[in-house]
Amino acid sequence: MKKKLLAVLMVAAMTVATLAGCGKSSDGAASASADSGDVIKIGVFEPLTGENGGGGSQEVDGIKYANQVYPEVLGKKIELVVVDNKSDKGEATTAATRLVEQEGVVAVLGSYGSGVSIAAGDIFKNAKVPAMGCSCTNPMVTQGNEYYFRTCFLDPFQGTVMANYCTQQGFTKAAVVYQNGDDYSTGLANFFKTAFTEAGGEIVNEGVIQTNDSDYNSILTNIKSSGAEVIFAPSSIQVAGAFIKQARALGIDALICAGDTWENEAIIDVAGEAANGIVLSTFYDENDASASDEAKKFVPGFKEYLGGDDNIIPAVSALGYDAYCVVRDAIERAGSTDGDAIRQALVDTKEFVGVTGAIKFDENGDADKSVAIVKTVENGEFKYLDTVEVAK
Amino acid sequence: MSMDIFMQHLLNGISVGSLYALIAIGYTMVYGILLLINFAHGDIFMMASYFMIFAVVDFGMPIWIAIPLIILLTVILGMLLERSAYKPLREAPRMSIMISAIGASFLLENLATYLFSGVPKGYPDIPWLTKVVNIGNVSFQIVTVVAPVLVIFILIGLMWLVNHTKTGMAMRAVSKDFETARLMGIKINTVIAATFAIGSGLAAVGSVLWGAKYSSVYPLMGVMPGLKCFVAAVFGGIGNIPGAVLGGIVLGLGETMLVAFFPGLTGYRDAFAFVLLIVMLLVRPNGLLGEKSTDKV
Repeated sequence: MKKKLLAVLMVAAMTVATLAGCGKSSDGAASASADSGDVIKIGVFEPLTGENGGGGSQEVDGIKYANQVYPEVLGKKIELVVVDNKSDKGEATTAATRLVEQEGVVAVLGSYGSGVSIAAGDIFKNAKVPAMGCSCTNPMVTQGNEYYFRTCFLDPFQGTVMANYCTQQGFTKAAVVYQNGDDYSTGLANFFKTAFTEAGGEIVNEGVIQTNDSDYNSILTNIKSSGAEVIFAPSSIQVAGAFIKQARALGIDALICAGDTWENEAIIDVAGEAANGIVLSTFYDENDASASDEAKKFVPGFKEYLGGDDNIIPAVSALGYDAYCVVRDAIERAGSTDGDAIRQALVDTKEFVGVTGAIKFDENGDADKSVAIVKTVENGEFKYLDTVEVAK
Repeated sequence: MSMDIFMQHLLNGISVGSLYALIAIGYTMVYGILLLINFAHGDIFMMASYFMIFAVVDFGMPIWIAIPLIILLTVILGMLLERSAYKPLREAPRMSIMISAIGASFLLENLATYLFSGVPKGYPDIPWLTKVVNIGNVSFQIVTVVAPVLVIFILIGLMWLVNHTKTGMAMRAVSKDFETARLMGIKINTVIAATFAIGSGLAAVGSVLWGAKYSSVYPLMGVMPGLKCFVAAVFGGIGNIPGAVLGGIVLGLGETMLVAFFPGLTGYRDAFAFVLLIVMLLVRPNGLLGEKSTDKV
């Protein structure tokens, strides 16, 4: 039954995808004539729907804002082609193929979520189209793929930062919770486990969350009985708010912490008062006094672009902005839209100053960043706690 | 496992099971009457949650006005869905209606993503449901005990409706034999509309309890409950209302106890629901309380 249902769903999904494709290609055809002349296309490969739809949209916001600030390269207009990878590894390859084959983009930005980036990596590599990840932190994204770069730090680093933070606070018993089949979540949880046990701590319980599940009470009850002092639960924002709230409702008072995905207003909105006291690591702090001039320009500009809300700027938006700028800069320096030339220019990037700090790439194509920001939530607002530097 | 922890698991299981039961009733009633699996049911449940957010957060309504209002709105949505997506296909092969149901489900999910974005929103706090109570080492929200009690009352109410009212009699007649019921002068469309109204209303009640318990609202929140409650309905015997309630509670308890007693298997929670479904279909295709269907010539 389930298989049959799945088959029907797939057919339905494909039909929708094809129809969507039709819609796009018709207006694509209109611009195709202009394409040869004065437009350079950059693909935006992000989840707009599905599990990571929320975070993906925020990353796209940053990219679109960057496009508004720097609309041109090599004297031509940059056109962003946004495709939705639906937070799904299968859809991701379809979306990526469309970008390189149908749309003929010269470079790709994204994606939020490591799993989809890993799934699409080979497509970009084979097409020799350089891709720039914004916030995908799993090491596998760039490993063995000379065309994939990224502007953020990696999970082994992030896991270590959080493990060190927890041990420094004197915690020795940790529980780890991760999402089944999510490369970001499982990867980060593993790196935390390794780092935490190396630092002398003990992992007393492990919980697994299923995709689209919203009941975590049974996992949390197990954690409660294990006597964990800290819960490390890297997960999507969809999971996070409900997870925190349920933990507190069960009377668990352990420290709850996670990685960069949790820096999102939606979590505080969902969890309410329960969110106070959570700890997370992230890429960027908008109130950082030592920030670059670019960052000082970005903060008010982007807030206005978002519509004047005085919400915090999500780190992924800042990374999206940086990814766009660094790719645009590379195209400018390469002086052409040839994939290999752009790739070489990216490799040669030296201290490109972006919003989230200086960016240069190591031999894997990873941004050489060794600083993470640790934040907490106090009175319903994210608050800067610490800047952690870990030697590589 | 200490007694405290066991009680905690038991409570978790019963409460999640009752929520499954509430949604499963909607599946089972529609199936009983139309022989249609209303795939959009989970998404109606999702829309009910968004209605609540709009009513309370955006329009600032007090909870006691908002709850009846969203139940009403959800009922209207359910009836509208039936009118537009299923009624025109009444004479079409059953497969067409099923595909229409899947289409309706996708439409609602994507519409919600488009209108409300994929970022999860917080469900309004309902203090008399979300308050945390501690008994010894067992902590739970009031909603955890409200849910099963409410389900029992609703079950009694529905059984009375089906067995002792005229509408109920018409429902039973339609579910026994569509054509003959029509020949006997039963207004089929009214009966079907009533069924969708009840199912959607219960989905709205379920969404209030769900929201109080899980508090996170996003466009795909109806997918998993939808699938699981469908499993619960089949497990209990699709078309049978007490069966849906029993199926929901067994499923909820089973999932929770699987995690409680076999912590290593937490990753197989969803698999458990579907294995249960397969085993049931193999051993007792009509479900726990389902009647044996006799083929009419």
